[in-house]
Amino acid sequence: MNAITTPITQTPGAWSLPYKGKVAMACLIIAESSIFTIFVVAYLFYVGKSLAGPTPREVLETPIFYTICLLSSSLTIHFASRFLERGNRAVFLGLLFLTILLGSLFLFGTGQEWHRLIYEHGLTISTNLFGTTYYSLVGLHATHVTVGLLMLGIALLLGLAGRVGPEQSARVDVLTMYWHFVDAVWIVVFTVVYVLGR
Amino acid sequence: MAIAAVLVILAGILLAAGLCAASPQTANPVPSIFEPHSTPAESIFHLSLFVLSITALIFLVVATLLTYAIVKFRNKEGDAQREPAQVYGSTQIELAWTVIPILIVVVLFLATARVIHAIQDAPKPGAAVEVTAIGHQFWWEFRYPVLGVVAANELHIPVSDPAHPTPTFLKLLSADTDHSFWVPQLAGKTDLIPNRINESWVEPHRTGLFLGQCAQYCGTQHAKMLLRVSVETPGAFQAWVNAQKQPAIQDEKEAAGGRVFETTACVNCHAISGTNATGRFGPDLTHLMSRDTIAAGAAENTKENLRLWIQNPDAIKPGSLMPAMQLTDADLDALVRYLETLK
Amino acid sequence: MSSDAMAIRAAEASGKPWVETLHEWVTTVDHKRLGILYIVFALIFLIIGGVEATVMRIQLMRPHNGFVSPQVFNRLFTMHGTTMIFFVAMPVLFGFANYLVPLMIGARDMAFPRLNAFSFWLTAFGGFLLYFSFVGGSGLYGAGNAPDVGWWAYAPLTARAFSPGHSSDYWTIAVLVSGFGSIGTAINIIATILCMRCPGMKLGRMPLLIWLNLVMSGMVLITITPLSAAQIMLLVDRYLGGHFFDTQAGGSAAIWMHFFWIFGHPEVYILIIPCFAFMSEIIPVFSRKPIFGYPVMVGATVCIGFVSMSVWAHHMFTIGMSSYSNAFFTLTSMVVGVPTGIKIFNWLGTMWGGKLIFKTPMLFCIGFLFQFLIAGLTGIMLAVSPFDWQLSGSYFVVAHFHYVIVGGILFSLFAAFYCWYPKITGRMLNEFLGKLHFWLFLIGFHMTFDVMHIPGILGMPRRIYTYEPGRGWDTLNLIVTIGTFIQGIAVLVFVTNLIYSYFKGPEAGNDPWDAWTLEWSVSSPPPEYNFATIPTVASRRPLWDRKHPEDPDSRYE
Repeated sequence: MNAITTPITQTPGAWSLPYKGKVAMACLIIAESSIFTIFVVAYLFYVGKSLAGPTPREVLETPIFYTICLLSSSLTIHFASRFLERGNRAVFLGLLFLTILLGSLFLFGTGQEWHRLIYEHGLTISTNLFGTTYYSLVGLHATHVTVGLLMLGIALLLGLAGRVGPEQSARVDVLTMYWHFVDAVWIVVFTVVYVLGR
Repeated sequence: MAIAAVLVILAGILLAAGLCAASPQTANPVPSIFEPHSTPAESIFHLSLFVLSITALIFLVVATLLTYAIVKFRNKEGDAQREPAQVYGSTQIELAWTVIPILIVVVLFLATARVIHAIQDAPKPGAAVEVTAIGHQFWWEFRYPVLGVVAANELHIPVSDPAHPTPTFLKLLSADTDHSFWVPQLAGKTDLIPNRINESWVEPHRTGLFLGQCAQYCGTQHAKMLLRVSVETPGAFQAWVNAQKQPAIQDEKEAAGGRVFETTACVNCHAISGTNATGRFGPDLTHLMSRDTIAAGAAENTKENLRLWIQNPDAIKPGSLMPAMQLTDADLDALVRYLETLK
Repeated sequence: MSSDAMAIRAAEASGKPWVETLHEWVTTVDHKRLGILYIVFALIFLIIGGVEATVMRIQLMRPHNGFVSPQVFNRLFTMHGTTMIFFVAMPVLFGFANYLVPLMIGARDMAFPRLNAFSFWLTAFGGFLLYFSFVGGSGLYGAGNAPDVGWWAYAPLTARAFSPGHSSDYWTIAVLVSGFGSIGTAINIIATILCMRCPGMKLGRMPLLIWLNLVMSGMVLITITPLSAAQIMLLVDRYLGGHFFDTQAGGSAAIWMHFFWIFGHPEVYILIIPCFAFMSEIIPVFSRKPIFGYPVMVGATVCIGFVSMSVWAHHMFTIGMSSYSNAFFTLTSMVVGVPTGIKIFNWLGTMWGGKLIFKTPMLFCIGFLFQFLIAGLTGIMLAVSPFDWQLSGSYFVVAHFHYVIVGGILFSLFAAFYCWYPKITGRMLNEFLGKLHFWLFLIGFHMTFDVMHIPGILGMPRRIYTYEPGRGWDTLNLIVTIGTFIQGIAVLVFVTNLIYSYFKGPEAGNDPWDAWTLEWSVSSPPPEYNFATIPTVASRRPLWDRKHPEDPDSRYE
């Protein structure tokens, strides 16, 4: 049985309420924003307070390329959604694939940076306050990217199996909301860690 | 009937409170916040009377209205099925009971802000006594940096003459977890937090013994981290300071006990000035016998308690960080005799 | 309609194997069954938490008592607080919300039934995990057991150095997991209320219970999450060598306090707002008048929601913040009392000129009104920061918050039980036992918690397993303990009533209280699908309109 719960069909002008998927995702985004806010506050509070060990200025390199990857992926998924609405499944799937690719590149970049920080500069989560707050904040974000990629991957697989059409647009939009949120958080994290924190 | 019962209980409570608050100062006084004997505690007390009168008034008004409503509008049996007038609200009434509380808040806030400022931003006069209090699990370290005294658990400060004020200003630090310094009759409490320097002050107007204890849960024996503050005349205080500044008395008769102290693990934690013992994990014992109590007030300072404390601290204060020293009876007796010379 | 109820009971009693019934309950996604599961879960933990409190009170009934060791006592007060907040109050309120929200808005279930079930089982797992600590907390070195760090788990007491073994981890993970359950339920409630109301039920026509659960759920989203974040940080410190709260590495103990109380204060408003909801539904029906000032009640609640996010540091007045910070939090803490007071006045206004029916639900409402008033006033005293410098950390505060939680929240919960038990089970609770429960509990409550204010004034700190004799605290503590036993007996009467009435109570019918919201239009208990036809409403009191077609509310709104 088709498991979509569509709003009660109605004639125009009659009783109409928002789509519950979007409301729920908006709530989740609010809750997650609250968690990120606390990690950001901790990061900012501890700027400059490490007693020893590497400092941001010494070791951080601004990840411009990978940031562009991540932010572009918001564009690609936005257009993917638009094309799906219009019924163009092929372009939808292509853009969705591109989104996943860009997101994965970003994760790869994060991994690369962490490798460099750990092995070349000896900065780990237990080194000092900077290490603790940096890895926690960036790591929390990276975890959310990973979850998002998993969800997008599932959508891609379902799409390739022919199960995603314009009727599922609303659900894909819910996923899109999450992905935009992940990108917005990165803008905040980027500003706090690579701009303000140095 | 219910209301009557509640009012009787309340009256009884107020009576009991009155009785408790009015108890005269005995050897073990009641550390009531309503019996202040120091400037900050007195400011708080006066403010609290103001707050209590306002809240009492609010309670009387609202409780009377509630009681009246309950009595007047109860459903009388013969009143059949007629529903009362279905009133939805009234803008004027809503405005009235919004504006009046806001005004009350403004008044209360202004009164409070004055006292906050008076206590927290009080300037330190030149004649103030400076004490650094360091909280430990589960005892108090007191250092007088200017006077050169190191003490533990029992604080001695001078009484302050309003003409020439000699308040005591405390710096509050912690060696481990959070603690809180609370002697209700002298001041409100201030916490001792690791990696943070807090400040507090008292200005006692009466000599005597004031009791308090740690007021922030700090671990197993939080309950027995007691405080004794002796407020003394300037002469008595100076005499105490002079005695405390002396190095430990070297009594040759008890040198054996002294050797036990220095060769077992005691020196790892305790200091006795004028000897090789410089441990700081536990209280300074140079003038141990000048204190009324041991183990931060957990037991009276008697020979039996001292012996028991060294042999089996858990019998007095289970969970304290003093280890059972596993001494032979002979060594223990010698040690206790030695400690008793540390006046 | 009542034949529906009987048919349902008959079907349920039709000799189905108990395994099948158990399976149905464990796998249910029906909001009514999940509501009942939450409520029963909470009642079990209420008894457990009550036993913990009773043991503590026995220990404290005289100075230097040896009933339990300090280690056990410290675990008891930690477990008591954690249990009551996270595994009694939150679940029971979510349980009532789960049961009532879809019914009151004319929906067939919550927006996400499976998320609903998942959230419940997360909470249930959290409760189980917390109590497993009594058995499994020992870790490698025999240190630890149940957590003993207080329910606020202040740093650095929770650092590995001061909290060896796994006791603190049980606290952290159990509460973290159940926190995720709470967030799931909050999302569900918001989506349900915004997206599944029946035709005609505009936002301004929702029952106040719906409004208040909407506000409460919104608060949960931004209140529980700071605690979750702080707990993740604590786990990073304890397991990955992090330094968030490591004062030796330059970390801050105070930042844990900020994060915790940014959760902790709004949390207590999260707990009280659904209780305001119960009052706002029960008092009108038992006064035979609509709620006085519906828009103001909504506005005041939203106001409380926002302002309550700005008061948190009144729990930290003694940590040495600047005079400006202390003044700021004094001001906001007083300001939040204004909309709260307005609500009390509006309930008074509802009763004024009405016809008050003193059945058991209303008795508990009246207890609530007096007690919440007093609790609010002692709260104003605590908001005055210099006064708080004396009262904080003492038994005065313990008395204050128990006045709110027991005198306010628990009383309103009792009222809710007596009001909605007929709807949930189809039977009326026994009125005599109800009144006995009320009077016994009232006497015990006041004996304990009125008197408890005094030792605080006389200098008795909280969280101490024993105290010195001769400070004026001895007799008072004894009286407080005696009151505990009376409350315990009252709760036993209540539980007896719940069980006895389930089997022997008179049939309730659809609408035993002659009430006005949609849940009373269906059978007791409701059919699984709630409504045969989704209703359409034209006012805030659809059943009043149906019963009074000559004078419907819709004419006046």
